[in-house]
Amino acid sequence: MLIRCEDLWKIYRLGDVEVHALRGLNLSIEQGEFVAIMGASGSGKSSLMNILGCLDQPTKGRYWLNDVDVAALRSDALAEIRNKQIGFVFQNFNLIPRTSALENAQLPLFYRGMPLREQRVLAMEALSRVGLNGREGHYPTQLSGGQQQRVAIARALVAGPSLLLADEPTGNLDTESSREIMTILDGLNKEQGMTIILVTHETDIAAYADREIVIKDGRVLLDRNTRADLRPSSSEV
Amino acid sequence: MPVFILLTVWTALRILGRNRLRAGLTMLGIVIGVGAVIAMVSIGEGAKAAVAQRVASMGTNVILIFPGATTAGGVRSGQGGAVTLTVADSLDLKKRISLLHETGWGKRDVMQIVNGNKNWNGTVNGVSPSYLTIRDWSFTSGGPFTQLDMDTAASVALVGQTVVDNLFDAGEEPVGSVIRIKNVPFRVVGVLAPKGQSSQGTDQDDVIFIPFTTAERKVVGTQFLGSVGAVFASTERPEDLASAVEQIREVLRLRHRLQPGQDDDFVIRTQVEIGKIQEGASETLTMMLFTIASISLLVGGIGIMNILLVSVTERTKEIGVRMAVGAKRRHILAQFLIEAITMSVVGGCLGIVLGVVGARVTSMIADWPTIISANTVATAFAFSVAVGLFFGLYPANKAARLNPIDALRYE
Repeated sequence: MLIRCEDLWKIYRLGDVEVHALRGLNLSIEQGEFVAIMGASGSGKSSLMNILGCLDQPTKGRYWLNDVDVAALRSDALAEIRNKQIGFVFQNFNLIPRTSALENAQLPLFYRGMPLREQRVLAMEALSRVGLNGREGHYPTQLSGGQQQRVAIARALVAGPSLLLADEPTGNLDTESSREIMTILDGLNKEQGMTIILVTHETDIAAYADREIVIKDGRVLLDRNTRADLRPSSSEV
Repeated sequence: MPVFILLTVWTALRILGRNRLRAGLTMLGIVIGVGAVIAMVSIGEGAKAAVAQRVASMGTNVILIFPGATTAGGVRSGQGGAVTLTVADSLDLKKRISLLHETGWGKRDVMQIVNGNKNWNGTVNGVSPSYLTIRDWSFTSGGPFTQLDMDTAASVALVGQTVVDNLFDAGEEPVGSVIRIKNVPFRVVGVLAPKGQSSQGTDQDDVIFIPFTTAERKVVGTQFLGSVGAVFASTERPEDLASAVEQIREVLRLRHRLQPGQDDDFVIRTQVEIGKIQEGASETLTMMLFTIASISLLVGGIGIMNILLVSVTERTKEIGVRMAVGAKRRHILAQFLIEAITMSVVGGCLGIVLGVVGARVTSMIADWPTIISANTVATAFAFSVAVGLFFGLYPANKAARLNPIDALRYE
């Protein structure tokens, strides 16, 4: 079991108002799954992604990643988990500006203290994996949206993580680029067995995934296996 | 970690290179601060050295004794108002105090000196031949007058370089010519080697020496025979100065029949104490200049802090991304600290160049002596690095304390 969440709560305090983003959510994801998380805005899916990505801590509840109780870890340990086990792909790419594609792709290895030459080799491989050969020296402003997102994917997979979190990866892209990006993600899942969790509200994008989880009001509303011909899943909820 | 630091320095340099104008303006504060510290301290050190040199030119082993103030019916005269010192005092000091190498005496007056169609108003000193030895005067031509000249009250004169410049044409040989002092003809027998400014700032070369007896009888005049304007003494070694001064005081009090509790009717001065006062003054000046320069360095540091705070805000999202891919708090802290230190180090290096050039130009244009010591440069540089570190700490810490999720969401 790669991910196991039990009774996750996330409560934000905005002034005097308490916002309950997650209300006792339970979730399990196996190694190698391709999961799409869907839900209206304000449903709590972003909060869930932040917690799954070890960027944020739940207010209450427990989260095991690779059998490690993440909720108990401190910021440095979380940084190390993000560095080694998790790759992020964001809606707005989030590349470091005025920094070449190669250096962007190297970034996770840089914080691992890896020798520069090894960083280069691995980053080149990752860029080549997403079809960006020959664009290593380009700056983000010299790349199209689809290309920028591919650099972001290269950065996410360069460290060889077991989990890739994609938060609306095609939200800012045209249909053509979206298809390219999804093809790459699908390939990473099918060929390398990388676990992918995808947040989206587009059904055609969600269709690439094997499992669909719908979140509403901070809880799992629907959890089904889309490959089993619309047979309702025997939900673990 | 070394890889990380190297790459971070490289990144910092590139970021600074990107915002050249901004980085330049920020560093300007440090450049001016470090430059000012170096230039100011160099000028201060130079002034101190010049004072020390002047003191040495006056003789570090010389004691000067002047007549003191008198009190007549409750009215006190100023220093020198009394005519208490005599030739006999001087001779007796030499006889009684073994520490003294030599004693001499003299009196002076300012008067008109004429040579042909030129004239000059200068100080004429009637001195004993021993005075020339005590003050260590040497000659560019001719030589000193002798004890015989003294005994016979001969009309011979020694002239200083300033007097020569004003009374003689260029190339004219003063030795052997006759000048008139207060209408008395004097034969010039020697030209004194220049000594430059005294520690009080007076021109030591604007001087004429004639035998004391001649001065007493022919030009300066006297209240009573044997009264002197000043007594001079020298010790073998400068270290003996203090004890010699004490012994002189004892002997003179005894000779002048002063009761215990009564004020001295003479004043004893040494070049060392005069020099110390001046050195103290120039040290105060150095400290003041250093303080002013330090303030500009401080202002430079605040500039660095300000620009880093702006930078942290601007790059909040970048910080979030770095944290998302695994940067720990200390990585972010180090990144901004290194940027701050890089700015202050580059600024410091430019400041050193500015300071050295500034000091050089000052000594060239204003003709002030400056001393640029490695110590000053190193201190100023270390100071600038410390400023960068200190003022970088707050913004860097602010960046490192960002919550990854807030930083990522920041627009």
